[in-house]
Amino acid sequence: MIKFTKHRKIYFIFSGILILGSLASLLVFGLKPGISFTSGSILEIEYKESRPSNQEISKILDTFDVNFALPQPVGEKGIILRMEEINKETHQQILEKLSEGGVEIKERRFESVGPTIGSELKSKTKIVIALALLSMIIYIALAFRRIQRPLRSWQYGITSVIALFHDILIPLGVFSVLGKFYGIEITIPVITALLAVLGYSINNTVVVFDRIRENLLRRGEVFEETVDRSLNQTLSRQINTSLTTLFVAGAIFFLGGETLKYFALALILGIVAGTYSSIFLAGSILVTWYSLRYRKRRG
Amino acid sequence: MQKKRVHLVLLGILILAFLAGNLSYPKYFNQAASFLREKAHINVPDFWDIPFKLGLDLQGGTDLIYEADLSNIEIGERSQKMEQLRDTIERRVNIYGVTEPVIQIQGENRLIVELAGVKNIKEAVDMIGETPYLEFREILSEEERQKEKENIPEEQITAMIELIKEQTGRDATREEVLEMFTFNLTKSTELTGEYLKKAEVAIDPSTSEIQIKLKFDKEGSELFEKVTERNVGKPLAIFLDGMSIIDTDGDEKITANDFYAPVVQQKISGGEAVITGEMSMEKARKIAQRLNSGALPVKIGEPISQKIVGPTLGKISLEKSLFAGVCGFLVIIVFLIIFYRFPGFLASLSLGIYIALILSLFKLIPVTLTLAGIGGFILSIGMAVDANILIFSRMREELKEEKSFIVALEDGFRRSWPSIRDGNITTLIVALILFWFGTSFIKGFALTLSIGILVSMFSAIFITRNFLRAFAGTKLENIKWIWR
Repeated sequence: MIKFTKHRKIYFIFSGILILGSLASLLVFGLKPGISFTSGSILEIEYKESRPSNQEISKILDTFDVNFALPQPVGEKGIILRMEEINKETHQQILEKLSEGGVEIKERRFESVGPTIGSELKSKTKIVIALALLSMIIYIALAFRRIQRPLRSWQYGITSVIALFHDILIPLGVFSVLGKFYGIEITIPVITALLAVLGYSINNTVVVFDRIRENLLRRGEVFEETVDRSLNQTLSRQINTSLTTLFVAGAIFFLGGETLKYFALALILGIVAGTYSSIFLAGSILVTWYSLRYRKRRG
Repeated sequence: MQKKRVHLVLLGILILAFLAGNLSYPKYFNQAASFLREKAHINVPDFWDIPFKLGLDLQGGTDLIYEADLSNIEIGERSQKMEQLRDTIERRVNIYGVTEPVIQIQGENRLIVELAGVKNIKEAVDMIGETPYLEFREILSEEERQKEKENIPEEQITAMIELIKEQTGRDATREEVLEMFTFNLTKSTELTGEYLKKAEVAIDPSTSEIQIKLKFDKEGSELFEKVTERNVGKPLAIFLDGMSIIDTDGDEKITANDFYAPVVQQKISGGEAVITGEMSMEKARKIAQRLNSGALPVKIGEPISQKIVGPTLGKISLEKSLFAGVCGFLVIIVFLIIFYRFPGFLASLSLGIYIALILSLFKLIPVTLTLAGIGGFILSIGMAVDANILIFSRMREELKEEKSFIVALEDGFRRSWPSIRDGNITTLIVALILFWFGTSFIKGFALTLSIGILVSMFSAIFITRNFLRAFAGTKLENIKWIWR
């Protein structure tokens, strides 16, 4: 039997560093929101022959009175242009200008979002995240309401919420670094993936807690031993389920195309963080809580 | 007895799997059927072939959100006006042969227009953008004009005086300039294109002039009567899309300089108005056609959000995401078999049935598949395995305690059920919240994920369990290494 909770200080320090790092990065760099949350336009085109250099493209774009971000090449012949919100005429003019001189281009995708929609979506996203978190807390409190010993049911609830924040904060931290240095944006797919991680994280923690609940009823062990036993018993499930989910998320990341790429990345980060926290953090927090309580009674 | 029931259930599962498999991918069945028809002359019909419903991001198409200007509409009438707007735009889009346009009202004043496919999409979209908005405007009263005059900024007046001086060398008076600025200022009347029944081109038999005849509906006729009555002897301007309806200054273009405002001779009853002027037959026809495609009851401007996906990108996305799904599935099967041996193999079978079931449901419900939906579906494959893994891990433990196979099996299922239930419920809750969120991307994801979770519970608890039961009491049961 692996004594997981024995080295809990190491896990706390490790996770603490990751969480503080993520928080710092979020505070300093912030997140780079995609156009769905602000406003702007994205134009993706494909050149039939070969893609001109970025300078050449920028030179053409400079003739417009529009703020462009740096053109981003995709694949062999494609390019993504990001800009402030433009209207239909400008959109048409840009396409015409880019195809001047017999250059054959094909429009793959055009997206444009006005500021009202953007800010609406932003506030809606906040509400959804808050709702999802709240419902998870309520669910845990209900699911564990019958356990009162040796810890109170709300303590299980709080623990799973700590694990939850851990699992969401770390991917967010990574995205804020990626946004700062590689311009990777928080898009609707990324938010979707993070919300899926939320359910996944709770799921993982619940499996461990369910096992603890069951073992508490059956054996007469010390709490720490019960937690370790439960962690050992659920270990192969935790790893295997994470692996199967990582297989599909990895497949989407490497093979699934541009739109789903960062959706998959957010999933991967969340799954890894969630698996780690369910094995190393959740049980350790419970044991720490228990020993605090126990010590208090003796003293 | 017990055994017999298991076999019956197994047979049921196989039939279900056969149906679901062929429904989601009828190609092989149909090949076999046509082979039998040709070679053996057995009349086997083709399998029921329902296509998948693909979203705009997978088949290419356009997604637009418009915001209607309802500021002039009374609150009680707004929803009715929005419905009229939707119907009109639907009519217009249909003229252009876009297949199955989706036009929905969202909230109070939003209109979502989704146009699939690519044929004529640009024209169709332009047509929505260029929506004819017919207005009858009356000249301001003297009082209102004085008010407007006060609002003209001083710089504009002096600039105009200078301009006249420059061009004609004459000193224009202030009053003159103000008059120029305001002489054709108009305000809207109750009468708009909304009440238009029909527009047609005609030739005046006496003057052989080309005319556009406007016919109003009953309400419009009454309004027209009222408007003309109070404007007798005064001009009544006719605007299309905020500009004069026809060219009046002879430059062949409709600009802000054009102003078509015939003087009303008398009150007009009967609901017919005639537009005459210098215009070619072709131009007159075009105007009439635009008017007939339905004037919009309210104004809409440029779309506040738009998304255009080209057909190539849609196809690439579909192929890539499906390929990713297949790869993920294969890796999972290999993993399950290596790690869980025989139960892993059985789980792979039930995972295969799971996929066929889901795809059939997508076709039957039908679920519009988007990239996000496929993402949710692929993710659900990974999660569907979870229930199986929970059960097998538990079974192994029970087998290690030297329990008999059937006891270990049933205990394994019973004991892992709370975890499966709790875990899936949390994901379902999140999916429901996401669904409420409403953005189409997230909706697609949440919907397929929810369907996936529900079916996965069924597949693990029912299909895998009965597969395993079928082996209880057989020789295979005693080959220990394939179970542990």
